[in-house]
Amino acid sequence: MDYDNLRHFADSWGLLYLFIIFLGVVIFLFRPGAKQQAVEAAMIPLRDSDEGADSK
Amino acid sequence: MSFLAKHDIIERNASLLLMGSLVVVCIGGLVEVTPLFFFQNTIEKVEGMRPYTPLELAGRDIYIREGCYVCHSQMIRPFRDEVERYGNYSLAAESMYDHPFQWGSKRTGPDLARVGGRYSNEWQVQHLTDPRSVVPESIMPSYAFLAKATLDYRTIDGKLQANAHVGAPYSQEMIDNAAADLVAQATPDSDNAAVTERYPKAVFGNFDGAASRITEMDALVAYLQMLGTLVDFDSYDTQANFR
Amino acid sequence: MFSGLAVDDAFRIHMGILTFILGLGAIIAIRLPQPAADAEDTTGYMDGPVRIGSILTVFWGVIGFTVGLVAALQLAFPELNFGPWFNFGRIRPLHTSAVIFAFGGTALITTSFYAVQRTTRARLFGGDLAWFVFWGYQLFIAMAATGYLLGITQSREYAEPEWYVDIWLTIVWVAYLILFLGTLLKRKEPHIYVANWFYLAFIVTVALLHVVNNLAVPMSFFGSRSYSLFSGVQDAMTQWWYGHNAVGFFLTAGFLGMMYYFLPKQAERPVYSYRLSIIHFWALIFLYIWAGPHHLYYTALPDWAQTLGMVFSIMLWMPSWGGMINGLMTLRGAWDKMRTDPIIRMMVLAVAFYGMSTFEGPVMSIKSVNALSHYTDWTIGHVHSGALGWVGMISFGAVYFMVPRLWKRERLYSLRMVNWHFWLATLGIVVYAAVMWVSGIMQGLMWREYDSQGFLVYSFAESVAALHPYYVMRAAGGLLYLAGSVVMAVNIGMTIAGRTRTEKPMPAPAQLQPAQ
Repeated sequence: MDYDNLRHFADSWGLLYLFIIFLGVVIFLFRPGAKQQAVEAAMIPLRDSDEGADSK
Repeated sequence: MSFLAKHDIIERNASLLLMGSLVVVCIGGLVEVTPLFFFQNTIEKVEGMRPYTPLELAGRDIYIREGCYVCHSQMIRPFRDEVERYGNYSLAAESMYDHPFQWGSKRTGPDLARVGGRYSNEWQVQHLTDPRSVVPESIMPSYAFLAKATLDYRTIDGKLQANAHVGAPYSQEMIDNAAADLVAQATPDSDNAAVTERYPKAVFGNFDGAASRITEMDALVAYLQMLGTLVDFDSYDTQANFR
Repeated sequence: MFSGLAVDDAFRIHMGILTFILGLGAIIAIRLPQPAADAEDTTGYMDGPVRIGSILTVFWGVIGFTVGLVAALQLAFPELNFGPWFNFGRIRPLHTSAVIFAFGGTALITTSFYAVQRTTRARLFGGDLAWFVFWGYQLFIAMAATGYLLGITQSREYAEPEWYVDIWLTIVWVAYLILFLGTLLKRKEPHIYVANWFYLAFIVTVALLHVVNNLAVPMSFFGSRSYSLFSGVQDAMTQWWYGHNAVGFFLTAGFLGMMYYFLPKQAERPVYSYRLSIIHFWALIFLYIWAGPHHLYYTALPDWAQTLGMVFSIMLWMPSWGGMINGLMTLRGAWDKMRTDPIIRMMVLAVAFYGMSTFEGPVMSIKSVNALSHYTDWTIGHVHSGALGWVGMISFGAVYFMVPRLWKRERLYSLRMVNWHFWLATLGIVVYAAVMWVSGIMQGLMWREYDSQGFLVYSFAESVAALHPYYVMRAAGGLLYLAGSVVMAVNIGMTIAGRTRTEKPMPAPAQLQPAQ
């Protein structure tokens, strides 16, 4: 394993592999049906019931 | 689409999240750092590199202790102005025995990669003692206390031994003679053939100008005076080492 | 015990200090009346360490900024160096570690304890483990700080403490990881909120970075000095792989966790896009780890590594700005709070500075720009716009948010003082960053200026002399920022004491728009 082999791999399959993973993450997150779950998750900090004095 | 049904496995499983994060952050480190250790051409082939003499190593420890690296780099970049100002650009080979490296990140003061031999011992001592007496614009702190501090070299063989453990080519002979070599280098009229044999190009001298004892100033100046002087650039083949 | 066996003076003194600190801690622990088991705690959450952490965050902030001011003044007036203990070479690591690890680290541990309990609805895992992590980390700070002044250093920037302090930190950090993961595992909320993702990535990556970067062989088990396992170019790459990710994971990911919890809380509305925050997370942690070589452009590091570092550093702009937009847009429909709520204003400014620094960063990591900026004050200015603007402001906002709730106070002692703090700090940052930007570029240009004969125009010393006025102005900027933090300390102290200042209220909020 030397520099040229690694470089060749990085410029081709390695790049493709990582890019597909990235696309997968994005598609997965924005698939229909994921929105509701995200909205719920985003409310977690605001649902904290045992707030003391709610001052600013 | 069954995998979509398992949508929130990662988001709900703390251990998976941990492993996922760890894998993701490891990729960059592995691809970027590890090849440096096994690519043959990471470090150039040069003539003249040797490990530090015991006195230089003690001086280097003082350089580190006082945080000199905070303001002084030891890495000349291959630009016209830097090469003109400081000398030939730095090679990876020149810091191959540096545990740790001292390339630095800031030039509040000038680069020191090739400061060795540029100034006399007297100038160095005067400059370290009272920087503004020789360079009026300087904002360097005074290191006068180094000349008053006797160098503690009881552990010098241990320091060489530790460096040998991490890969610096110190032989058993060098380690055994560490303390004697240290004293010899700071005592100009001693018999120094054996030291030169072990450490070619070692410069001998009473660096701080006071003959009575070996001070931290002796060690630091000995270190400064050898910086960048080892590699023989006449025999260095730039093309063969192109990376 | 170790003092007696020590082979060098520095180690002997340092072990003496350790004995003293531990002794003092033990005496205080014994003499202190046992607090009626969290009397104020009706929430079921473990908030003891969070309370002390809030106080210590403010304390370390003031200390760290003060040391920074001293360092700035030493560069302007070199007579202020009092060697050997208080020379710039030892003060500077003290300053960087005091702000990054003492102020920033305490803020991170404190807020992570606070946020993880409230987003999982679970008490901290492991009982007194939280106290061990908390006080263990403070002991690390004390040992690191005293070590710097004694000249005990590995010379690895932002990782200066020597091997025995590093081992201690590793133990504490693994305990922190267990504590955090354990809390996540026993959560009552099905989903793990994204702030905890960032905190978790911060904890685990810092553990990895810390261990690899500090691999070293000590000279003796009774001596302070050690020699790094790697040398030269590999050592440089390892150090800056660590160094840049101390920025990426300690000062960015951790504080993003803070942002994703405290900004929605203070704004009283959920984060703009939760899905964007998840992309932000994965993209950020993947890309950041590559960026280290941009500290080593044009050095003896092989070109391929430099190029990789540059490509990924520039790509980092995207997730960073995704995060910034996500943070800013959280205020959609509530922008009038900027006018009425100085805490929100502080957090928004923090996010804005996050955006600014993460734009400046990729610009500086373009090799030709870096050729000018590297080794100059421009880098210092860049770091401070991130550290003072982003890290500092978001931490201040979080502390202002937590303290009234932790001590069950109706409100802060004074909102007007928060406003003062905001303006003092903002002005300080602007002065600091602008001055360093100018001085850095000037310095870089002076070094490379040639005259028509082909000679270098300036000696190095002349470039140093030219910087003097800028160094004075920089110290003034730092003084303003420090003044703001002192105002905060008074405000927080009075709030904890249960006082409220009689003052004209801030402008009343307008009718709020419902969240989209």
